[in-house]
Amino acid sequence: MTTLHPILMAGLIVGAFTLVSVSVVVVTHQATESRIEDNQRLSLLDKLHALVPANWVDNDLTADIIQVPGPAALGGREMKVYRGRQKGQPVALILAVVAPDGYAGPIQLLVAVKTDGTLAGVRVLSHQETPGLGDRIEEQKSGWVLGLMEKSLDHPAIERWKVKRDGGDFDQFTGATVTPRAVVKAVKNTLLFVKEQQASLFLAPSPPPPQEKHP
Amino acid sequence: MTEPSLRRVAADGLWLNNQVLVALLGLCPTLAITTSAINGLSMGLATLLVLAGSNTVISLIRHWVRPEIRITVFIIIIAAFVTTVELVVEAWFYELHKVLGIFIPLIVVNCQILGRAEAFASKHSPLRALTDGFFTGLGTTLILTLLGAIRELAGQGTLFAQAQMMFGDFGRHLTLTLGSDFQGALVAVLPPGALFALAALVVLSRYIEAWRKAPAVFVSPSLPSSNRAMS
Repeated sequence: MTTLHPILMAGLIVGAFTLVSVSVVVVTHQATESRIEDNQRLSLLDKLHALVPANWVDNDLTADIIQVPGPAALGGREMKVYRGRQKGQPVALILAVVAPDGYAGPIQLLVAVKTDGTLAGVRVLSHQETPGLGDRIEEQKSGWVLGLMEKSLDHPAIERWKVKRDGGDFDQFTGATVTPRAVVKAVKNTLLFVKEQQASLFLAPSPPPPQEKHP
Repeated sequence: MTEPSLRRVAADGLWLNNQVLVALLGLCPTLAITTSAINGLSMGLATLLVLAGSNTVISLIRHWVRPEIRITVFIIIIAAFVTTVELVVEAWFYELHKVLGIFIPLIVVNCQILGRAEAFASKHSPLRALTDGFFTGLGTTLILTLLGAIRELAGQGTLFAQAQMMFGDFGRHLTLTLGSDFQGALVAVLPPGALFALAALVVLSRYIEAWRKAPAVFVSPSLPSSNRAMS
């Protein structure tokens, strides 16, 4: 040991510990990998089936995905579109859209639109809105977001797609108008986008492999 | 170096040198994650697992690691434990993993862990180090749970809500609710609430310690002497 240069010796010790530690991590990773992937897929599937119930469709919603450039009104980012079909016939689209103008940054939404243009439902995936005020857009916090079900561009009429304070049909929250305004606007824009693109959204082939880890 | 008694090690970790209340270490998870009792409990348990594991291993290898590279080696070992714990939580407690999120990987840089490794585990036998890691972790778990319980009760009027994330369906029976018309004090759940609640706990613990050392002072009504006991 005394013949080795001290720096070399220190390096060897660090190297040896790194090797052992990384091996432990690799083994754990391999032991848990498939379980974690299942968890992620099931968790996503749960969220999707909360909007488009499992008995409406016979395809795997987590596999029938395309990625499309979003319209400028929705921030213009790439967005994921999950497609539900029954016996090959289109049933509903679920779009992972972003409401770009939340009170505290973008709000991630899942918007489900049936083929007749009515909403199957909307859920908030993530947001940084004020706890106790803006966070009532979450399904667990209030029923507000459920009020969007069955709405469409004709019901209410498109010029009524606003919160009440702006002369529209949707409730705002006491102390938080910006948050529901952003959500209503994003949902309206999603409906407009789907109205325009519905046929091509259903036709586009899913890219192989369809495994995606996050919505 | 003489080895301290196991009882002493346990008492230090649990109360006398409680890493949250006395040393005020690891405040990042303490303040950020304790919005509910279950969050505090699960974060505390994750910390406990890492502490017990890393302390034991670091004590076992303490004679082989040269002083100039010890911190590097400690961090590598701690990081391995944290990653393992994170993967296990993600595989078997997925809902919990979604709530704790970034705070599990951040255990690597929790000063409690490296602090115990450097100050205790690297100087004592594996049994002492394991005891120290376990009881320090337990002390942290107790305080995080208590803090979470206070904030949850004051903020939402519930206790152990969403316990099913940890205990499966059985956990649903653990949830207590104060009554559906309880609005809650929002501030308790927001970051300032964490500071207020922690400050209250620290003050309480100092009172208890002062009382343990000199109970007579607290019986006497004279204010100056009790002030002296506090300082």
